[in-house]
Amino acid sequence: MSILVDETTRVVVQGLGRAGLFHAEQCIRFGANVVAGVHPGRGGSEALGFPVFDTMREAVAEARPDASLAFVPAAGAADAVLEAIEAELALVACITEGIPARDMVRVADALRGSATRLIGPNCPGVISPGKCKLGIMPGHIHKPGSVGVVSRSGTLTYEAVGQLSSLGIGQSTCIGIGGDPVIGTNFIDVLEMFNEDSDTTGIIMIGEIGGTAEEQAAEFVKGRVKKPIVGFIAGATAPPGRRMGHAGAIISGGKGTAAEKQAAMEAAGIAVAPTPADLGSTLAALI
Amino acid sequence: MKLHEYQAKEVLRAYGVPTPRGSMAKTVAEARSAAADLGGKVVVKAQIHAGGRGKGGGVKLAHSVDEAERHAAAILGMTLVTHQTGPQGRLVQRLLVEEQLPIEREIYLGITLDRALSKPVFMASAQGGVEIEEVAARDPSAILREAIDGAQLQGYQARRLAFALGIAPEARASAVQAMQALAKAHDESDASLVEINPFVLTADGRAVALDAKMDIDDNALFRHPDLAELRDLDEEEPLETDAIDHGLNYIKLDGNVGCMVNGAGLAMATMDIIQYAGGMPANFLDVGGGASKDQIKNGFRIILSDPNVKAIMINIFGGILKVDVLAEGIVAAAQELKIGVPMVLRLEGTNVEKGREILADSGLDFIVASDMKEAAQQAVARAG
Repeated sequence: MSILVDETTRVVVQGLGRAGLFHAEQCIRFGANVVAGVHPGRGGSEALGFPVFDTMREAVAEARPDASLAFVPAAGAADAVLEAIEAELALVACITEGIPARDMVRVADALRGSATRLIGPNCPGVISPGKCKLGIMPGHIHKPGSVGVVSRSGTLTYEAVGQLSSLGIGQSTCIGIGGDPVIGTNFIDVLEMFNEDSDTTGIIMIGEIGGTAEEQAAEFVKGRVKKPIVGFIAGATAPPGRRMGHAGAIISGGKGTAAEKQAAMEAAGIAVAPTPADLGSTLAALI
Repeated sequence: MKLHEYQAKEVLRAYGVPTPRGSMAKTVAEARSAAADLGGKVVVKAQIHAGGRGKGGGVKLAHSVDEAERHAAAILGMTLVTHQTGPQGRLVQRLLVEEQLPIEREIYLGITLDRALSKPVFMASAQGGVEIEEVAARDPSAILREAIDGAQLQGYQARRLAFALGIAPEARASAVQAMQALAKAHDESDASLVEINPFVLTADGRAVALDAKMDIDDNALFRHPDLAELRDLDEEEPLETDAIDHGLNYIKLDGNVGCMVNGAGLAMATMDIIQYAGGMPANFLDVGGGASKDQIKNGFRIILSDPNVKAIMINIFGGILKVDVLAEGIVAAAQELKIGVPMVLRLEGTNVEKGREILADSGLDFIVASDMKEAAQQAVARAG
C-alpha cells in the first residue's frame, strides 16, 4: 500500500500551459495514469494522448478522473481548485505558487465538509514511487519502499528522498504539503495516514519556522504514532519577523521559532536530525 | 508590501474608518502649512516602515505652528532608530501632521490570518497604546478574538468585542461601525495585516484610529494597481528590491558566507548548516525552480555587492532543473563577473556527472563538495 495515490489513481491535469504539459508528460513517464486535461477553450482537442475538456464537469463525466494536478496560474488557481471541489474529485494537488491568501481562505471554506482533499498549493505534489507521480518532483531520485516523507518545502523533500535512496532505503509515499500560510493538508493529516498505512514503517517530517503546525503535529504524535519518526526544522538561523507581520506571532502565542519546534518534536519522541544532511542517516539508525 | 501610516489611513478612511484630520509633508514648509491648516495644535509623526517611532523620538506634540515647524525640521532627515529598524535605523523622508485629539481611552485592534483556522481573525485588547507583543506574552487572555467568516465581521461579533472592552454606550455604535469597516478594508484590500494601536475613544464620544499599520499580500498586488503605486522604494533594502526585479528572493544577513540555493526550504536549511559548521550566512537567496543563466548571474552580482562576503556556497538540488545546464550558467556568470571569492558547490540531481565535468573543464577555481555538510565546512573554512 501507500497513501493518497497509487497505480489505480486516474489523473486529470488542470492548466495545460508549458509547465502543465511538460509535467504531465513526466508524470506519465513515471507511471501516472493521466486520463484527461482541463483547459478552458481547448475542449475537444487532445494532448499527449489524453482528451482535453473545457470544464471539469465534462472531464469527470467522460474520463472519470479521481485526482487532479493543477498548474493554473496564480490569478485563476483558486478558481480551478473550487471547480475540482465542486466536481467532487477525491484529491487535488495544486502546484501553483503565489496564490493570494484571501483566495485560499475561500478555498479552505469550500474544502470543509467536501469530498476533496487538497495538497498544497505552492508544493511539489505527491508521489508513491513505482506507482503514481502526481507532482513536479524528479521521479528518478525515488525508490519504492516503506518510508513516508512529508515536508513543507519542495527541495528539502528531494534532499530527504535523495539521502534515503542513496542509503538503499525506499519510500512508500512522499508529500510536499506546501509553504503557504493556508494549505489544504497539514502534517497531522499526513501523519495519521502514514500511521494507518501498513506499508509505511518509518516517517521523515520536515518543517519550517513560522506558524504552529509542527508543534500541533508533535502533540498529535505523542502516544499515538508508534512508528519511528525523524524530524527537521529549517530556519533556525533565519532573522525573526522577516516573513510574518508581528500580529502573526501574537496569534501563535509567541511560538514559531525553530528551537520551540525542535523541543516539541523531541518531547514527542521524534528524533531531530542535527543538520539537513543527516535526515537519511538518522532514519537509518532507527529502522 | 508595507504601507506608511498616512497611506493606510487614506485606505481606511475610504471604508469609513474615522481617522484624525491631517496630511503628509515631505518638507518643513509643507509641514508648517499643514499645521497652520489644523490650527497649530498638532502631532508631527515620522513616516517609516517600522514601529516604536514614539520611543525613538519620531513623534512630537506641538502647541503652535512655530513649534510644529521646529519638530518637522528636527524629524525630517533624522535617522530614526527603533526596536524594529535595527541599529542602523531609517532615514525619515516623510511626515504626517495631524490634529491632536482629547484621548480618553486607548484600545488595540488588529486583523491577521490565523493559519490554524485558515481564516482571518479580528483581535482586540483593552490594553492599547503599548507593545501588543508584550501584552500577548504577559497575559494572552487580554487579547480577545473573533474569527471572520465569509469576509465580514458580523455586527454581533463587533458588539461582543465592544461590550467586552467596556466601551461606553455613547461611543459603542461608532466603535462597532469602525470595527466592521476595518474588517471590510482588510478583506477588500487583500491585506495580510491591519493594526490600529491605539484605537482611541475621545472625551467627546468619538472612536478614532489614531495610528494605522497595514501590510498588503504581495501575491494579490496584481489586482490592486492603486495600492501597488503606494510602494515606497526608499523604505526597502536596495539589494532586496533588485532581487525581486530579477525573480529572486534575497534577504541580506550579517555573516560572510554568501549562499545561492534553489527552493526556500533548502535555502533556509543551507543557512542553518553554515551556522552548524561554525560560520554565519551573509544572505538568504532562493533562485527558484527555474534558475536561468540570467538569474544565476544576477544572483552572484547581488551576493557580491555585499562587501562582507568572503566565500560563496552554491547548493542546488536539481530536479526538473538539469545540473549540466545549471553548471554552464555558473561558469558563464563566474567568467563574466570575474568572481574573486572562493566558490564551493554542492550539486545534486539530473545529469550531475556532466555538470561536474563542465565545472572541472572550465579552468575556474571551483571547490566541488560531495554533500551539503562538506560544502558548508569548506565554505566556512574559506571565508575565514
